[in-house]
Amino acid sequence: MTGFTLNGNPVEVEAPPAMPLLWVLRDQLGLVGTKYGCGIAQCGACTVLFNGSAMRSCQLPLSAVAGAEVVTIEGLGTPADPHPVQQAWIDEQVAQCGYCQSGQVMQAAWLLTNNPAPSDAEIDAAMAGNLCRCGTYPRIRAAVRRAASRLASPVQVFDPATAGGEG
Amino acid sequence: MGRLADVTRRTFLFGSVALAGGVAFGVYKVRESPDNPLATGLGPDEASFNPWVLVRPDGITLIAPHTDVGQGARSVQALMIAEEMDLEPGQFSVNPGQPSAAYWNTAMAADAVPFLHSDQSLTARAARSAVGAVIKLSGQQVTGGSSTVADSWEKLRRAGAIARETLKQAAAAETGQAVDTLTTEAGAVVLRDGRRLPYTALAATAAGIAPVEAVTLRPPSAWRLLGKPVQRLDTVAKATGTQAFGIDLMPEGVVNATVRFNPRQGGALLSYDDTRAQSMPGVRHILPVTNGVAVLADNTWNAFQAAAAIQCEWGQAPYPPEMAQHWAAVEASFTEERLDKVWRDDGDITAALGAAGDVIEHEYRAPYVAHAPLEPLTALCRVSGGEIEGEGEGEGADNERRVDVWAAHQFPRLAQQLVADICGLPVEQVYLHNQYSGGSFGHRLEFENIRYATEIALKRPGETIKLTFSREEDFAHDFPRQMGMARIRGISGGGQGIAALDIHIATPSAIASQSGRANLPVTGPDSQIPAGVWNAPYSIGHMRVSAYRVPELAPISSWRSVGASTGGFFIESAVDELLIAAGQDPLAGRLALCNDPASRRVLETVRDMSGWNEPLPPGHGRGVALVVSFGTPVAEVVEVSQKGGKIRLEKVFVAAEVGRVIDPVNFENQTAGGVIWGLGHAMNCQITYADGMAEQHNYHQHTGMRINQCPQITVQALESGERISGIGEPPVPPAAPALANAIYAATGKRLREMPFNKFVTFA
Repeated sequence: MTGFTLNGNPVEVEAPPAMPLLWVLRDQLGLVGTKYGCGIAQCGACTVLFNGSAMRSCQLPLSAVAGAEVVTIEGLGTPADPHPVQQAWIDEQVAQCGYCQSGQVMQAAWLLTNNPAPSDAEIDAAMAGNLCRCGTYPRIRAAVRRAASRLASPVQVFDPATAGGEG
Repeated sequence: MGRLADVTRRTFLFGSVALAGGVAFGVYKVRESPDNPLATGLGPDEASFNPWVLVRPDGITLIAPHTDVGQGARSVQALMIAEEMDLEPGQFSVNPGQPSAAYWNTAMAADAVPFLHSDQSLTARAARSAVGAVIKLSGQQVTGGSSTVADSWEKLRRAGAIARETLKQAAAAETGQAVDTLTTEAGAVVLRDGRRLPYTALAATAAGIAPVEAVTLRPPSAWRLLGKPVQRLDTVAKATGTQAFGIDLMPEGVVNATVRFNPRQGGALLSYDDTRAQSMPGVRHILPVTNGVAVLADNTWNAFQAAAAIQCEWGQAPYPPEMAQHWAAVEASFTEERLDKVWRDDGDITAALGAAGDVIEHEYRAPYVAHAPLEPLTALCRVSGGEIEGEGEGEGADNERRVDVWAAHQFPRLAQQLVADICGLPVEQVYLHNQYSGGSFGHRLEFENIRYATEIALKRPGETIKLTFSREEDFAHDFPRQMGMARIRGISGGGQGIAALDIHIATPSAIASQSGRANLPVTGPDSQIPAGVWNAPYSIGHMRVSAYRVPELAPISSWRSVGASTGGFFIESAVDELLIAAGQDPLAGRLALCNDPASRRVLETVRDMSGWNEPLPPGHGRGVALVVSFGTPVAEVVEVSQKGGKIRLEKVFVAAEVGRVIDPVNFENQTAGGVIWGLGHAMNCQITYADGMAEQHNYHQHTGMRINQCPQITVQALESGERISGIGEPPVPPAAPALANAIYAATGKRLREMPFNKFVTFA
C-alpha cells in the first residue's frame, strides 16, 4: 500500500510501485480529469500539483508519490466553486475540445503561485510544455493574465451565475 | 426502397456528380422525410415534434446530431433550437441521439459538385440538388466539410419553432384560450394573464397534436442567443476537468484493453510471442485481432506494458516502404494517364506559354502530416443479450442481442454499420453512443478504434471492453493528410500582374483512400486534389488547373481542410512569386486579379487590419494569402521578424466571410485555432515512412505549434448575410502560404516545401 494526500484527503493505493500516478488516478481512483495524451511528458495533459509543483503525472511512479501532497484538477475547484484560474478559463472561454485544459489550468495555477504577475514571455515559457492541438493559446494567455489580475486584487470577485453548464 | 436504398447507402459522393451510374429519383421519394427516431418508444405523456426535440414531464432533451470534436457543434446546435423554442441554457439537456437517416446532412452537396459555391446557374443548382438527393436517400449523417452550421441553421431553428408553436397549441387546448393570445418565454407558454405553463407540463397534451409545420423563423434582430457572445454549454465542464470524453467512461466492471497491430498499415501479423506478456501484472487475456494482438488487463497501464512486451513479426507493407519511393511516385504522376481532370482552362494557356516572354517555373511540395488529436483513439464496446450461436431459439433470442458502442465518430451511421457487419447483426441492434471527443481534425472519420473494440468485445460477450490506443499506436495508425506536389509555370506582367498561370497538381486521393476503407465505392474525379486552386477567385487571361491522381501509396485521409491545405500553399505561393516578379505589391496585385466580391472584401479587410501599407521595422516582413475553401473566403496577413538567424511569428490578421456569425466567441476560437493548425504544421511537421512505418511516434517528433511560437492573432468576421458557410477548416489553407510569403518578404528566402523548419529556424 502506498499512502499520500490527494486533494486534501489521505488515500491508500494498492498498485505496483512503477505504475505512473496518472494511471493510478484514472484507472484506480476514478479521477479522470487528469488526461493521458502522450505518456512521455511531451503534452502536459496529465499535469498535477505534486508537493506544490506542476508535474507530469505520467512520469511520476507511485513509489515517488508516497507521503506526498497531490492536487488534481478536481481538487483545484469545482463547477460550483471554481478556482480563480478556472474562473478565468470560464470567463475567457478558452476550451475548444478541452482535452488539454486540465493540464493547462494546473500549469497556470502553479505559475501564478510562484509568479503572481508574469510577463507575456514568462507566461509562454511556463506554458510551453502544455500542448494544445486545437490552438487555444491566445485565450490561454488572456486567461492567465485575467487570473493574475484577479488574484492580485485584494477583493476577489466571483460570478457564480456564469457557472451554469449543460443542464 | 430495396435496391435503390442499397445503391445509395453504398455510394459516396464524389467530385463531379457521378451518381452511381445515374440513379434517378422520383420527386416523392426525395421529398419524403425519414422517420423521426425519437418517435419510437414514447410514453403517453412524452412528445417529440421532430427528430431534434423531445419534451417529457421530467425534462427537455435536444438532439445535436453533429459530432462535437471540439468545434463546439453540440452547443451551437442546441442554441439554434433553443433560440426559436424560447429555452434558456440550463433548461434542457443535449445529446447526440442515436445515428439516424433523419439526420442526413443537407449542406454537404455544395462541396461535392464541381461548381463554385457562388455559381447559381441552372446547371450548378441542378447538380447540387441531385447530389443532395443522394445524401438524403442514403441518410448520410456526417460531421465534416465545415458543414455543421450550414446544415443546421435553418432546420434546427425550424425544429425549435415547430416545437414552440405545437406547445402553444397544446396550451390553447388545455386552457381554451386562443393561440394568438399566447406567448412563450424561458421554457413556458405564457397566458395573457401572465400565468406560465411549463413546456414539460404540456407534453402529454402536445403528444396528441399534429406538429404545427407552418412556422416563421425569427429575424436575426429578434435573436436572444444567436449572433451574440454566449457561453458554450461545455465551457464550465472543460475548465474544471468534469467534461467526460470517451476515454473517461468507466462503467461498472469495465475491462481495459489496448491493441498493437501492424505499423505497416494494412500489413499482416505473421506471428507473435506473448510468453513474457502473459505473465505480466494484471494481464487477463491476450487475443489475436485483425493484423495484430489485443491485451485485456485490469488497468490501461498494465495493458500498455504487456502489449509492448509482445514480440511481433509483421508482414510487409502493401505500399512502397520508403519515402523516396513515395516522392518518386508523385513526381512520375504528371502524365496524361494520371490526369484526373483539367478543372479550369481559361484563355489559351498553351499559346500564352509558347509565346515570347519569360516563363517562371517552380515546383512546390507538401508532406504527409498526422491528425494526432490529444485524446487518442478509444472506444468501448459491449455485446450483450441473446444467446451464443445455436443456443437461442427463434427470433426472440436474436432480437434481444444488442451491441453498444461508446465512441466519438463523425460518420456515426457508417460506424454503426461496421459494427453490425462484424457482429453479423442487423444494424438496428447496434447502438452507437456518440461522445465528446478530445479533438479530431479528421481522425474520427476513420474506423480502427471501432473495428478493434468490436472484435475484442465479440470474443468476450457480456464484458464491457474499453479500448485505448497508446499515443504511439495512434501515431502509427494515423491515416495522414495527402502528400503532394505542384508544378507551376506562369508569366508575370501583361498589365494585370499575372498574364498566364498553368498549375499541375499531383496528389493521391484522400477521399478515395478514405472511402475505400469505408467500403463506399467512389467514381469520378476528386475535386479535393485541386481544392483551393481551381476555384481561386482570380481572373487571369490564360489559366489552367490540371489535377493528377497519384496511385494510392500509404493510406491517407481527410485532414482539417483536406485538399486545400496543400492546394492553397501551392497556388498562393506561386501567385506571390509571379506578382513580385511583375514588380507588384502582393496584396494590391491580388486585389487587381480578384473577381469575387466576397474575396475582395476579405483581402481589403486584412489590408486595413494589418496596416499593410505602413512601413515595418527592419528585419520584419509581411505575407498575404487568400484561399476559398468550403465556400468560405479567408485572407490572412502574417508578419514575421528575423533576429539572430531565427524567424519569429509576430502577428496574424485574418478575415473570413461566412455570411453570418452564429456564435462570435466560438467563431474567433475556430478561426484562430485554424490559423495555428495551419501554421504549426507548415512550420514543424511531417510524417515520413521508412521500412513501411511512420517514423514519427509521439509529439516530440510531430508537435504542431506550442504557445511560445504562437503569434498574436486578430480575427475579423465579415457577414454579408448572403449565404451561411463554415469556419472550422477554411482558416487553415491560407496560413502556410501567408507565412512562406512573409518569410520571403523578411529574408528574401523563398520556401517552396513544407515543413519550413527543414530550411529555416524558428524562434
